[in-house]
Amino acid sequence: MTISMLLPELWLLATICALFVASVSGGKRSVLSWLPWAALAGVVIAGLSLGVRGETLYGAYRLDGLSQFFKLVIALGFAVVTAIAANKRDSKDLSPDYCMLLGLSAWGLMLLASCVELITLYLALELSSYSLYALIPLRGQDRRAAEAGIKYILFGAAVTALALFGLSYVMAAKHTTYLAALATSSWSLAEAPLAVVGMLLFLAGFFYKLALFPFHFWCPDVYQGTKNETAAYVATIPKLGAVVVLVRLAALFSPHMEVTNLLAVFGAISMTGGNLAALVQRDVKRLLGYSSVAHAGYIMLGLAAGSAAGLAAASFYSLAYILMNLACFYVVCAVSKDGENPTLDDLDGLYHRAPALAMILAVAAFALVGLPPTVGFTGKLFLLTAAWDQGYHWLVVVAVLNTAISIYYYLGLVRHAYTGESTAPAVQVSRGSLVFGGVLAALVLLVGMLPASLYDLAAQAATQLHP
Amino acid sequence: MMTQFGFPVVTALIVVPLAAAVALLFLRGERAMRLLTLVTGILECLVALPLLAYDPAGAAFQFVEKAAWLPALGMTYHMGVDGLSLYMILLTALMLPLCVLGSWTYISKRVREFHFCLLLMTSACIGVFAALDFVLFYVFWEAMLVPMYLLIAVWGGPRRRYASIKFFLYTLAGSTLLLAAIVAFRQVGGTFSIPELMEKSYSFKFQFLAFLAMALAFAIKVPMFPFHTWLPAAHVEAPAAGSVLLAAILLKMGTYGFLRFCLPLTPAAAVTAAPVMIAISVASILYGGAIALGQTDIKKLIAYSSVGHMGFVTLGIFLFSVSGISGAILQMLNHGITTGGLFMMIGLLYERSHSREIADNQGLGKYMPAFMFLLGLFSFSSLAFPGTNSFVGEILVLIGAFKGNVWIGFAAVPGAMLAAAYMLRLLQRVTWGAPSSFKPGWWDLRTREWVTLLPLAVLVLYIGLAPALAIKTIEPSIERVLSGMKQKNQAMGLRSDMPLAERLNLPAAVTVADGTDSIREERP
Repeated sequence: MTISMLLPELWLLATICALFVASVSGGKRSVLSWLPWAALAGVVIAGLSLGVRGETLYGAYRLDGLSQFFKLVIALGFAVVTAIAANKRDSKDLSPDYCMLLGLSAWGLMLLASCVELITLYLALELSSYSLYALIPLRGQDRRAAEAGIKYILFGAAVTALALFGLSYVMAAKHTTYLAALATSSWSLAEAPLAVVGMLLFLAGFFYKLALFPFHFWCPDVYQGTKNETAAYVATIPKLGAVVVLVRLAALFSPHMEVTNLLAVFGAISMTGGNLAALVQRDVKRLLGYSSVAHAGYIMLGLAAGSAAGLAAASFYSLAYILMNLACFYVVCAVSKDGENPTLDDLDGLYHRAPALAMILAVAAFALVGLPPTVGFTGKLFLLTAAWDQGYHWLVVVAVLNTAISIYYYLGLVRHAYTGESTAPAVQVSRGSLVFGGVLAALVLLVGMLPASLYDLAAQAATQLHP
Repeated sequence: MMTQFGFPVVTALIVVPLAAAVALLFLRGERAMRLLTLVTGILECLVALPLLAYDPAGAAFQFVEKAAWLPALGMTYHMGVDGLSLYMILLTALMLPLCVLGSWTYISKRVREFHFCLLLMTSACIGVFAALDFVLFYVFWEAMLVPMYLLIAVWGGPRRRYASIKFFLYTLAGSTLLLAAIVAFRQVGGTFSIPELMEKSYSFKFQFLAFLAMALAFAIKVPMFPFHTWLPAAHVEAPAAGSVLLAAILLKMGTYGFLRFCLPLTPAAAVTAAPVMIAISVASILYGGAIALGQTDIKKLIAYSSVGHMGFVTLGIFLFSVSGISGAILQMLNHGITTGGLFMMIGLLYERSHSREIADNQGLGKYMPAFMFLLGLFSFSSLAFPGTNSFVGEILVLIGAFKGNVWIGFAAVPGAMLAAAYMLRLLQRVTWGAPSSFKPGWWDLRTREWVTLLPLAVLVLYIGLAPALAIKTIEPSIERVLSGMKQKNQAMGLRSDMPLAERLNLPAAVTVADGTDSIREERP
């Protein structure tokens, strides 16, 4: 184990330090002129360290296939979010400390990806959450953002307490906090009731991050209240942290246990409830909030399946999820006037006003539905096959019927962009930003059409967890 | 990649329009865009020519192309052509240049996007007909929805928002369960490869549920009687080229799905459901014809006539006889040619009088004789007049129906009579009625319009007078499907007098008789 193995984390930490220096020195130039490039270098570094394996901190911190895969995805997500923010670099809110807090949260999630011990895991989770508590209310003097911040903190504090309480049960019942040791013991309710209840409470902390039913109430409110750029971050990257931990924990269980069945039920309610609630939304960010509740439900298909294929599918889907959501939020941020929340009517006639944005939005929306040949479809296909193979037939049927429900509101985005008429002026977007958006949309399509190499990475990681 | 012809014909058919679509994004000038798409269309037809070398006596699937796609899950890029798909692919290739020519002046806004959508549609449709991997099929099947939605939503008539959403919701909702069926087939059959899945036998209960899931998707696409309401709306609002593609190609995907998946994969369930499917088909024929009789909008009239014509196709399929199915396939081709031609002509008419009402387009005979000659030809073909293409298809289906059960035949005949009634009523009004105030705009066909319509008109007469060639090419494939069905059902122990409760307990056959091995055989 050498220090160079931790290069992805160290690079991000160095970026954070540079941001800190910039925030105290108060230079004239916006940090957003160099930050996206630094973050892009982070993606390259994370890509190069994909094959690194090792263990440190007395076995509490492990670099394996799963952690390296997720570090790559987190680095990618962070780079995209900074690039989206760079479009509005003149905005006063996007100060160096804002970017520093974003980076700190992403750093916590990177650590989370490697934690294989419950207490370390908890600490990493808090590290990523604290910066979010500070980030969400940052929206000028906006009261909605303050409200969203309070909601997020109150919910977060309650759920964290719950998770800690659960952790105490697990420790009492199993006398260990190492996942490897936990995996060797039984997790059926009949044999280890205390541990199963404790683990469920502990999982609640991550369900909250993922915005899974019944911990989803904050999600639409926070997306709506907070700044567009913050929403783009909150909607995507923290979910990756939740998924990586849930994938690790789901490897403890096998299909058709009480815990896994509960996951399946939560997933089914989450997708149905999220999709139904999204049908009536007018605010695009709020709509995307409910959509992410539904997508959290889809991810449960892979976790409930619990097999290597299921865990690989869940990991792949989380990548798909952030790609399509970031593409969607890119358009939301570009369309919004003066950082206001766009409504569906603000998208009217977008194909006159900014044809490229309309096309990117269409690709993202159809990916969120799960239409081929986008990454949304491929990810969903993996989830469905994994769940069906493990006998969760009812869950698969619920999931495909949910696709039919969700099409209406995603199509609403496209419908407003392509068939709505509007006299609003053309949307001004710089050429560089358009190219960036085009690359995002192309990624959504390309990874969907040729998923083999990325899926193999996810599958390798999953077989390590679940041989 | 493994190819058999030395040149990947099918892949080229899919890639050429895609490449042209990308090139379109960088082109300037509307005329250049139209020309590029037209040239691509002609190129597409030329690339499709080698498919005519299809050997009916040869292997089940020809022009096979195979490449790894996602080995971890057993997904392959697997393309191939057989008698069921051959003519559909050719028809799709032919429609692209005709659609471009047909909308040369009709489409004046957002020309780039329009041709982009046309090219994507062509590519996806050929993929649907040629895919031999279940996931690949689904990818193309759904991918085609988006360009079609945009064609209706952006270039459509006044109620285009309503029509396009209805089209999208209906067809997508129908095909979501198809995805569940595909996933289920992988678990039971162990693969996504269609030829391999065809070899296996499945328990009746599984077949029954899978059949229901697939049939819903296909029945909505066809569309069969209770699910047809999206069709008239979509047809009326779509631009001329959109209507042509919808009628000529999209509707065929449903019936093609029945032939490709329901019959070979779920033979016992298909036989069990046949009486219901036949009843629905006859209902479609009669209902479509009766409603068409009462329309005042020409486009709506032809849209409802499509419901009736497609009813003949599904009727032919579920008779499970060689004449029925070859009639059905021929009818699929014919309906594409004839109705495609009719929609194209209505598009031309709309450009002249800006109305689709029969009342506004009366008395064209004096002003546009050449136009009326072609409209008459397509109309006679639509009512299956002897000597035209539809006559052959319809008569084959009716022969199959009378052979199977006299009463089915008698039930379907009034449909043919209805077709004569509504088409002749239309022709009479449009040719002889008192001219409306739009007559100053009625100029006769121009060269471009002749070129658009002539290939279809020639095909109407060619297939009508010499149908043997087409029938010979498709018959071996049909016999293979039918014999495979029979053997599988016998191996399962399915008898025609078994009650449903007993059938539901039938397990999968352990071994399927040797005859179906030929399905797997592909040319090296």
